[in-house]
Amino acid sequence: MEKTVKKNMLSSVIPGISSLAKRGLGGWLVIIGAIIVAIIIVMTLFSPWITPYDPARIEVGPLMNPPCSSYLFGTDDVGHDMLSRVLAGGRIMIQVAVLSVVVCFIIGVPLGLFSSYAGGVIDRFVGIIMDSIYAFPGLILAIAIAAMLGRGVLNMAFSIAVVYIPSYFRVVRSQVLSIREMPYVEAAIAAGAKSRTVLLRHILPNVVPSIVVVATVNFADAILTAAGLTFVGLGVNINVPDWGWDLTNGRRLIVSGAWWVATFPGIMIILLALGFTFMGEGLSEILNPKLEQ
Amino acid sequence: MISRILLTIPMIFILLTMVFVIIRILPGDPVLLHFEKVENPEAIEAVRRNLGLDKPLWVQYFDYLSGLFIGDLGKSMQDYSSVGEQIFSAFPATLELAIFSMIIAVSIGIFLGVEASKSYNKPKDHAIRVFGIVTYAIPVFFLGIIFQMIFGVALHWLPVGGRIPNPTLAPRGLVLGDFRFSSGLYTVDSLLEGNVYKFVESCRHLFLPSLTLGLVLAGVFIRLTRSNMFETLRQDFVTAARARGLKETAVIYGYALRNAFLPVLTMIGLQFATLLGGAVLTETTFSWPGLGRYIVDRINFRDYTAIQGAIVVFGLFVSVVSLVVDLLYAYFDPRIRL
Repeated sequence: MEKTVKKNMLSSVIPGISSLAKRGLGGWLVIIGAIIVAIIIVMTLFSPWITPYDPARIEVGPLMNPPCSSYLFGTDDVGHDMLSRVLAGGRIMIQVAVLSVVVCFIIGVPLGLFSSYAGGVIDRFVGIIMDSIYAFPGLILAIAIAAMLGRGVLNMAFSIAVVYIPSYFRVVRSQVLSIREMPYVEAAIAAGAKSRTVLLRHILPNVVPSIVVVATVNFADAILTAAGLTFVGLGVNINVPDWGWDLTNGRRLIVSGAWWVATFPGIMIILLALGFTFMGEGLSEILNPKLEQ
Repeated sequence: MISRILLTIPMIFILLTMVFVIIRILPGDPVLLHFEKVENPEAIEAVRRNLGLDKPLWVQYFDYLSGLFIGDLGKSMQDYSSVGEQIFSAFPATLELAIFSMIIAVSIGIFLGVEASKSYNKPKDHAIRVFGIVTYAIPVFFLGIIFQMIFGVALHWLPVGGRIPNPTLAPRGLVLGDFRFSSGLYTVDSLLEGNVYKFVESCRHLFLPSLTLGLVLAGVFIRLTRSNMFETLRQDFVTAARARGLKETAVIYGYALRNAFLPVLTMIGLQFATLLGGAVLTETTFSWPGLGRYIVDRINFRDYTAIQGAIVVFGLFVSVVSLVVDLLYAYFDPRIRL
């Protein structure tokens, strides 16, 4: 029985993708966004086999060489091959983004569910803490936390997660509050279902679509925040190829006319963030058609 | 309304406590960072005493809080100077940048939003929407770098950093000394002085950073104006205005846009926090000597008191702005009672 349900769900999702295009701009945004993200992830995963040079090796060629046939994207001030670093440089950023979204998810969603369902003093207390973090300039808070935690992928992911947990909390909370009043939930409670069953089986599945939208937007924000943290000197080590680091490094070299060092990694960050933003934008338009009006 | 003002107190309090606790529970001693080798325990102890770090944690916390009430943000761990004074001198630069960026963001947002709503669901509308999304996805410092490359390095039209040129670069006969008026907003001060050269230079320095930050924020205002105008343009009073033979521009900017004003005002308040976050990166990109750059500079020295103080001031800044927005809202919409 369960198997057939699963199969039905799957087959309803796959044609859903092909019919996305019929959903107007929103559907197209999702498709384009997903393609961009998929290409970048595949590129990053396969980078060890496709980079022309070792991205961490210095002096593979002349220093600060403009783009030419042997170094398509040029080289930087220590002779890194920029093409290789562009191909491989997404790893850190994608790791940080995925980790921070996972942390947000693990903390924000249960907190929202629990707080709104418990109500009363607990809800108010958690709510005030979340609102305080939410109202504060996110990037500044992330910088302050990352500055204290020190460098590293995990630390970056954690400091970004702290900033975005309130977004999940707020969405889950407002959804639970409205769903809780629906007749079918009342019916479940009247039928004698435990609070836990009501929360996890009857309410949670209806909250999921909104969480997906938040998570997609969160990916884009996490990437931009990670780039920002790297820019102020809180990124990872120099030896690891990373778009954020190359962009930061390239900024110094602009004055000497080496535009290529900053430009290509910068474009990659935009593309990755853009992919997720397109997806989030499109999804929210499809899932909340009224809102987009 | 009152509750919103009251909320700002726990907000600053919670953030402060969070930062305070994180600093102290983490491994790593900020004092030790100032010594090359741990050879002189007495000197280290002296520094510790000087900064009050020898006291128990709760005493330190209480000291800090009671200092806050009289506006004392503590001593910098880097040079023992007053953090409050440093922040006070850096603040106007951030304020000036924030105001101008917001003006640019709102102007671009309203103009493009109106254009999009006029041709709803047509190619022009799609193009404007995509533009809004793209500006959102650009790291603000990368946009800044691009502008520096184009307008600074390649075209030499605009300066790429700082707030005012080096005094020695001023053409003969044009004074560029200290400011006589001291609001710290150079554009305002130079106007009060009546020094046109200084005013033009301040604006030239302000333009690229504000444009960078403003463009990144414009997307939100485009979307807001677009959806608001789309509804408003289909209402009876707009049709009536058109029927009276008014020009379309007059109908839109004189009648319909008024309805979008209050949502835009609310959005200014909401987006202010985002703007300040972006300001940190913009200030770093353009060597703009504001609060954001102060934080970034202090990170390298692990100057925790400074970071703590800046967090408090940023929190206050956001709260005051949202308070002002609420008051303005009540002023423009008499239905809202304070």
